[in-house]
Amino acid sequence: MKTYEQINNRIESGKAVVLTADEIIDYVEKKGLATAAKEVDVVTTATFGPMCSSGCVLNFGHSKPKIRMSEAWVQDVLVYTGLAAVDVYLGATQLRHNDPANMDHPGEFRYGGAHVMEDLVAGKALQLFALSYGTDCYPLREIRTYFTINDLNQAIMLNPRNCYQNYNVAVNDSDRTIYTYMGTLEPKRKNANYCSAGQLSPLLNDPYYETIGVGTRVWIAGAHGHVYAEGTQHAGGGSRNDQGIPKGGSGTLALTADMKQMSKEFVRGTSFRGYGVSLALGVGIPIPILNEDVLKRTCISDREILAPVVDYSNEYPQNTGKVLSYVNYEQLRTGEIEVEGKKIAVGSLSSYYKALEIAHLLADEIKRGDFRLTEPIAYLKKDTKMKPLVAREKPS
Amino acid sequence: MSQTITKKLMLFFPKCECEKPIIYHLVKDHNLIVNVFRAKVTPEEEGYLALDVTGTEEDIEKGMDFVKTFNVSINTTGKGIIVDEEQCTHCGHCITHCPTGALHIADMVTREVVYSEAKCIECMGCIRVCPYNACASAF
Repeated sequence: MKTYEQINNRIESGKAVVLTADEIIDYVEKKGLATAAKEVDVVTTATFGPMCSSGCVLNFGHSKPKIRMSEAWVQDVLVYTGLAAVDVYLGATQLRHNDPANMDHPGEFRYGGAHVMEDLVAGKALQLFALSYGTDCYPLREIRTYFTINDLNQAIMLNPRNCYQNYNVAVNDSDRTIYTYMGTLEPKRKNANYCSAGQLSPLLNDPYYETIGVGTRVWIAGAHGHVYAEGTQHAGGGSRNDQGIPKGGSGTLALTADMKQMSKEFVRGTSFRGYGVSLALGVGIPIPILNEDVLKRTCISDREILAPVVDYSNEYPQNTGKVLSYVNYEQLRTGEIEVEGKKIAVGSLSSYYKALEIAHLLADEIKRGDFRLTEPIAYLKKDTKMKPLVAREKPS
Repeated sequence: MSQTITKKLMLFFPKCECEKPIIYHLVKDHNLIVNVFRAKVTPEEEGYLALDVTGTEEDIEKGMDFVKTFNVSINTTGKGIIVDEEQCTHCGHCITHCPTGALHIADMVTREVVYSEAKCIECMGCIRVCPYNACASAF
């Protein structure tokens, strides 16, 4: 048994033993659970993949004379101004003004909110255009100017949902190509796409949310941020396999961090043909090895994690909940799965390569004593289910 | 009989050379087997051509000397598809859309996505599906 304080003391003295979530599997096999639990202080987990529920709050400071922005665009991407005078919220999936979207199907969605976030972190000069109705205290009616992230008072990433615990494997049962947030899917199950870091993924290494909770310090694109709430659509009460691993989406995290501390290679705008824009973000989360149970759960391997295969031509859009079958991540990573007797080529949307890089970067920071662990101030719910949106008649 | 080799080339034809049957002469006069992947003539009447040529090293050299007499630039280093390694995140979405395995996972541990230019047939599937805009066409 170790406490957060003991682990942080070891980190401070530069003696902490830190392994990544893939390294720990062999380490425990070799040393045994009891010995390894005494030796290892931290296991690092990570993920890098597209997650639409991302965005950031920007504060521009005040112009002379002052403006109360009522409509604003950054790089021609509409931002939300229903906040204080010069605060805006930039959403990752917002399209650029005049983007034809899917009018010429499938649309290309070359630039949107997520690309603005990438350019912001990269330090590029961005255009702000804002309008106002004008008030006695904020008389300016219009402003067009250019700024970089250094000119802003705050650029705080606010991602209502990230780090999905597990995710679907998407296939297409129809006879035409479909364009989804799970990528381009060829007809008649010609290909399948998955989106999880599997054995490296944060919440798959802490399936009962014993160490990752509200207040947990996390590595977000190089910045030190934290979990500020359970993520939207968090549903900890979904079905689990024998090892307690959820067999579908389940847990999610809401994340925040200072974008001024981020590195551009981990904040990437993505364009999904025929679907839209999303943000791929690098996240690393340390798991303190408090006891043997916590350690045992970090030893989960790709072979033990099941993902549901779902048809995105009909079952997903019609919200039927139908699962064709379950496959494990070891099978997915071979590049081919078999579903109902048919072999399907497999691609991925989540970058394991980047996740591995992040897990090592975080491990190095902890070993150097530059990253301390925090105990959650509140734990994530383990019993909630996802509610549907019901189209109802107006209540009388 | 010396050994035959295959070379990948990208040719750029300036405006004045676009209407000449240069490839025909490569086949007829220089004994080369050509396999054209992609060709394009722009509205400015310039032309691009990505192709394989197969023949003896000597014949290929002579053929290229012939092509050079027409002001045509020969690019033997890169073909029509450009994969920007800085932009690639190695997610692996392109893998199932690449029919020849030119884009593939080289190392099953790190899962790095590698581009083998020699296998590319310029179908442009990767350009259509890459979420990070890491793949582009030279023409």
